[in-house]
Amino acid sequence: MTHVNEHGPDAGRVVLDSDDISRALTRLAHEIVERTHGATNLTLMGIPTRGATLAARLAERIAQIQGSPVDVGSLDVTMFRDDLRLRPARALQPTTIPPLGISDRLVVLVDDVLFSGRTIRAALDALSEHGRPQAVQLAVLVDRGHRELPIRADYVGKNLPTSKSESVKVNLLEHDGIDAVAIERGA
Amino acid sequence: MKHLLSTADLTRDQAVNVLDTAKQLAAATTQGLGKLPPLRGRTVVNLFYEDSTRTRISFEAAAKRLSADVINFSAKGSSVSKGESLKDTALTLEAMGADAVVIRHPSSGAPHRLAHAGWISGAVVNAGDGTHEHPTQALLDAYTMRQNLRDGEGDLEGVKVTIVGDVLHSRVARSNVILLQTLGAEVTLVAPPTLLPIGVDTWGCEVSYNLDECLEEADAVMMLRVQRERMNASFFPTTHEYSNRYGLNVARMNRMPAGGIVMHPGPMNRGMEISADVADSKRSVIVEQVANGVSVRMAVLYLMLGGTEMGE
Repeated sequence: MTHVNEHGPDAGRVVLDSDDISRALTRLAHEIVERTHGATNLTLMGIPTRGATLAARLAERIAQIQGSPVDVGSLDVTMFRDDLRLRPARALQPTTIPPLGISDRLVVLVDDVLFSGRTIRAALDALSEHGRPQAVQLAVLVDRGHRELPIRADYVGKNLPTSKSESVKVNLLEHDGIDAVAIERGA
Repeated sequence: MKHLLSTADLTRDQAVNVLDTAKQLAAATTQGLGKLPPLRGRTVVNLFYEDSTRTRISFEAAAKRLSADVINFSAKGSSVSKGESLKDTALTLEAMGADAVVIRHPSSGAPHRLAHAGWISGAVVNAGDGTHEHPTQALLDAYTMRQNLRDGEGDLEGVKVTIVGDVLHSRVARSNVILLQTLGAEVTLVAPPTLLPIGVDTWGCEVSYNLDECLEEADAVMMLRVQRERMNASFFPTTHEYSNRYGLNVARMNRMPAGGIVMHPGPMNRGMEISADVADSKRSVIVEQVANGVSVRMAVLYLMLGGTEMGE
């Protein structure tokens, strides 16, 4: 789920700063390499907007560790969501499938925040339209709890206990001019 | 966007949003995705009071690719031929639960009446009304220009478009002039004086009677069909003379700038407004227009039916 930064990065309580995010991503990259036995069959699929950015950063780190490039793409899940009718029609984001496709690949979905799990459910549906991966895993920068579906992450940057009325804002350099994760009181 | 009745309903941001959405949907089609789920359980009625192949098929394909249920209703062979009014047909469709009605009608303003008379609660898409408008055609034309002339991004600021032919009867020309200007393009209309509508000077575009003067700078030349079914008065002396003065042949096409494209909303009269060589040339994007039509209509249906209604 994407959290748009409306009040600037100063608003709310910063729980991860730029260095924290960088260390978390480096650790995630190492964990992915370890658990996938060298990432030889790996394809990273980020969920736009910020999940896709994180996937690209993870791919860079994994490539550095392994010394060879990693397949990375983006997967728009908008049309597969179960809450489409609850809001005005949402803008569609780009889906890019790496040249090798996703069939028989080990796909790791990447998103910024794991919350209800509904985005990931939609992502699994979207993914199956593009092929049949050998296995699908999930990496997130922040897991804030409050799951509404039987979904869990395989790689977590930071477990962040939150109340349901709070919101988690992930700011990334590419979109918001700064790397920071903040918790805001809900309205 | 509750209804799409005229391209004048669209701001530049809204129009660009339709084009951006169409681009993503076109990519999904290229990536081999078959049916997409967002309109599952929604019903789209194609209500066609006028003959049409490509527009009806295009809307039908668009709705089906988004998983909507499609009901095709053509005036021939329906209760309309028994004298049923638009109102009673509309009430019937409402009772059947139509979420959107795509209407083509020979009378200008029929879609507006359908949308605002309180007969139906669903969305109305104008698929061509009389000599008034054909907004989805203009959107697919703008999309085709953006793909070929602007790398598929943003608006059409500074693009020079020449529209040639029967502007008087053309809903395609009217919708295009409005939309292209909204998107920042510069439009020139070329036609014999008898085929220009009264008040064309208020449309905000250039008008010329001479095609040869309007080719050197045209990034896109759009040829309009000579509508024989509407040519009941003497608009021009002979078809031969029309073709000589306003038809696009290879000699004229070669005077366009490099990268310029030739468009036609179809169906073409080969040898009349456009020569066969031009229609089949590398500059011609006429087949591409048809393919883009499905993506653009998917975008319109998705934006109208894919969420809650605005303001609800």
